Amino acid sequence: MEAALFFLAAIGALGGAIGVVAMRNPFYGVLALIVHLFSLAVLFLLLSSAFVAAAQVVVYAGAVMVLYVFVVAYVGGGTESAWDPIPGQRFLAPLLGLALFVELSIAVLASSLLALGSDGPEVGPGFGDPAAIGKLFLEKFLIPFEASSMLLMLAAVGAIVLASRRTR
Amino acid sequence: MTIEWYIVLSSLLFAIGAMGILLRRSPIVILLCLELMLNAGNLALVAFSRMVGNQQGQVFAIVVMVVAACEVVVGLGLIVAIFRRRLPLNVDELRELRG
Amino acid sequence: MSASSWAWLVLLLPLLGSIVVALGFRAIPARVAGVIGTASIALAFVCAVAALINLLGDEPEARHHASSLWTYAGAGGLHVDLGIYVDQLSVFMMLVVTGVSALIHLYSFGYMRSDEGYHRFFSYLNFFVFSMLLLVLAGNFVLLIVGWAFVGFASYALISFWYRRTTATTAGMKAFVINVVGDIGLVLAAFLIVQQLGSFEYETVFARAPEVFARGEWTVTAICLLLLVGAFAKSAQIPFHTWLPDAMEGPTPVSSLIHAATMVTAGVYLIARTHVLFYLAPTAADIAAFVGLATLLIAGTIAIAQTDLKRAIAYSTMSQIGYMIMGVSIGAYSAGLFHLMTHACFKALLFMTAGSIISAMANRQDIDRMSGFWRAMRFTSVCLVIGGLALAAFPLTSGFFSKDSILAYAEARGGIYTWMAIGGYVGAFLTAIYTFRLVFRVLPGEPCKEAQHLIDSGELYHGPPLNPANEEEEDTEIGFPGAHHHIAEQSWPMAAAMAALAFGALFAGLVQVPGVDNVLFGFLDPAFANSPLEAIHPEVGAEWRGLAIGAVISIVGIALAWYLWVARPQLPALFRRRLRPVYLLCLDKWYFDEAIELLIVRPALAIGRFANDTFERLVVDGLVNGTKEAVGDAGGVVRFVQSGFVRSYALLLIAGFAGLALYFLLGSS
Repeated sequence: MEAALFFLAAIGALGGAIGVVAMRNPFYGVLALIVHLFSLAVLFLLLSSAFVAAAQVVVYAGAVMVLYVFVVAYVGGGTESAWDPIPGQRFLAPLLGLALFVELSIAVLASSLLALGSDGPEVGPGFGDPAAIGKLFLEKFLIPFEASSMLLMLAAVGAIVLASRRTR
Repeated sequence: MTIEWYIVLSSLLFAIGAMGILLRRSPIVILLCLELMLNAGNLALVAFSRMVGNQQGQVFAIVVMVVAACEVVVGLGLIVAIFRRRLPLNVDELRELRG
Repeated sequence: MSASSWAWLVLLLPLLGSIVVALGFRAIPARVAGVIGTASIALAFVCAVAALINLLGDEPEARHHASSLWTYAGAGGLHVDLGIYVDQLSVFMMLVVTGVSALIHLYSFGYMRSDEGYHRFFSYLNFFVFSMLLLVLAGNFVLLIVGWAFVGFASYALISFWYRRTTATTAGMKAFVINVVGDIGLVLAAFLIVQQLGSFEYETVFARAPEVFARGEWTVTAICLLLLVGAFAKSAQIPFHTWLPDAMEGPTPVSSLIHAATMVTAGVYLIARTHVLFYLAPTAADIAAFVGLATLLIAGTIAIAQTDLKRAIAYSTMSQIGYMIMGVSIGAYSAGLFHLMTHACFKALLFMTAGSIISAMANRQDIDRMSGFWRAMRFTSVCLVIGGLALAAFPLTSGFFSKDSILAYAEARGGIYTWMAIGGYVGAFLTAIYTFRLVFRVLPGEPCKEAQHLIDSGELYHGPPLNPANEEEEDTEIGFPGAHHHIAEQSWPMAAAMAALAFGALFAGLVQVPGVDNVLFGFLDPAFANSPLEAIHPEVGAEWRGLAIGAVISIVGIALAWYLWVARPQLPALFRRRLRPVYLLCLDKWYFDEAIELLIVRPALAIGRFANDTFERLVVDGLVNGTKEAVGDAGGVVRFVQSGFVRSYALLLIAGFAGLALYFLLGSS
């Protein structure tokens, strides 16, 4: 049961990813990414991370993607020409992607980290709950918490500055 | 499914995202591929958190999401600004910073 | 006060005079500057006399003191003190230098009165005296070289005194360059000395030299030959003599002081000072003697043909210094120095009279234009005759005794040196002829127009200001001689100085009459006691025989000159026509200038041109520009990476990451 869900979600994620890369129209790319995000949320649930899955759907698929949709609607979905001005890029990019994947896989599979071959330890029912995450945020990881809020504010200000009409 | 599967999937998604950045020319699509890479990282974080048994990885996955959101905001702001100035939305044509 | 303290004072006073006059040239009026300059040298002379008296208080064997102020340089095993060495030789030279210099300063006080550069002149002249005193008082070779170089500089500064005259500046540079050649020899000799003997100090070097060197060894011969290069360049001996006639571009007091009495005698002093080394290198000593003899004769022949008054006297100087060099090289140290002293007196006097005559001639120096000055300027003429008699070694003048003391010693030494004595007598004959050629051309006869003007109006003839060398007109602003000139009859300082020197020229020889008194040699000989050559003394009878021969030669020479230039004045023109090649050889100075131009100057210029055009252009510039181009090209290659394409940057990034990951994977497997 769990394996079937994993494979479904994996295929969804992979399909969404390839869709993002392959689609000519950026709007279709955004849609593909939304599919990818939902699949990832399922994967998170399989890993007992309920809160992260929820945050993924609400924040990522809900807010960030909506932002993308707005911008794509404003900018328009222009398609790109087929010819690549940088010589060799078309050939090297997949090659490097493959190289990256192979190296990372070898690193993981040949690793001496034996726990990787297991399902992980037994976890209680409260694992991945909002309460547990919240507790961690406010106790152990308070500084990253505050820092990320600062970062959000900076980003908001920055975006407004960037996109405002300059008064001449 | 053992944790290995999740990690391998994460690296595959990461590689696809990287390839996408190298291949596409529209800045919006490049940002989307960047999202792919960040999400792959998130997946790896959560998988490892499950493997270790504490939730610290998940906390950091949340932080990564925050960072990704900020970066998307700024990136899209840039794209809007470029569009406003009627410059072509093509990273190959925006190449004034060069030696 | 000890003799050394007096000696330090002698050194200090001219230096102070030079600095005070130089720094105060705006504040101090001209006459005061002249007084300061002259007084400093006169005081130095007084101190030198005091040093002499002090020295005479010692036993004759103990009359040498080394005194040092502080360590000048001590590094790397070398130790050089700022030290002087006071012994009979240095005190003698001190007296001659300060005495003659004081009189010449007095002369300049009058002669240079209307020159714009009066202060500069006295400052330079004082500095010269300081340098010359430093040279003779130095107690080690390093300080000797310092004094040597300073003297060369002072000579350059004074030859080019009228610096807007191109002929003068060219002559100054020529003198300086040839002097530097001599300096090189001296410095190399000093290097060899310190390498072989371990010290620069005179006392140490001369004590160790006989122990370290065998007689005739090649090292000490090399040292002496290098010292000779320095001596010949400074004393204008062949083949380093070409600068001296050109040095007559300087004002007459300069010619009189530097190029007659003092600087050119530095070579003689050097050989006398290092006589210990020369005794150990008889080959070098013989070479020096031959060069002195050759210069003596060659310069004498050139002097007979010259028509420029000052240049003729300059060649005479060269010839007389040949005598002195010959003397000190063969071992007649005291005799050579005796001739140095008398020569200083009568040659300075001759130059002074020449200055007076040139002033009357409105700065013309050509004896073809001069005649009849006996009637126009009596005092100057008498001085000229006195100086000429002393130079020609007329009986009982100072030159008579001094010149023959050298030749008597040469005879007494025997062997090849007898031939040198014969050559010296031939030279004496030539000297008498050319000296009285000058006297009989300038003094008797119908007065020339300048002399006539002087007789008629009592004032000097005023001609347009000309450069005597090439007859170009020049202006009279600063950098040129002034428009006004001074003669001895109208300027008491000039007359006083000339009178004092005339007295010396006549009577200075009486301190050393063979068989009668032994004042000078008795004083000087102990300084050379450590040389076996000094022990050779000619017998009194032989000396008087030599004096008799010298007297005969002198009188015959003067008579011949009278015959050729007064009794039968058409004969010289006949000789010039019949013996034209010989005449041209003498007139053109035996073509030494041309030879040096061909052998040394042209190759040097060619090397310089080659270095500039080829070597500099290809190698040096090539290296520098090549490096620049290489760096630029390398930059150009690297610049390709900055294409501006974000995607290629991303590619490089990911490729780098992949490579790194590969490296670590392979490393850990």
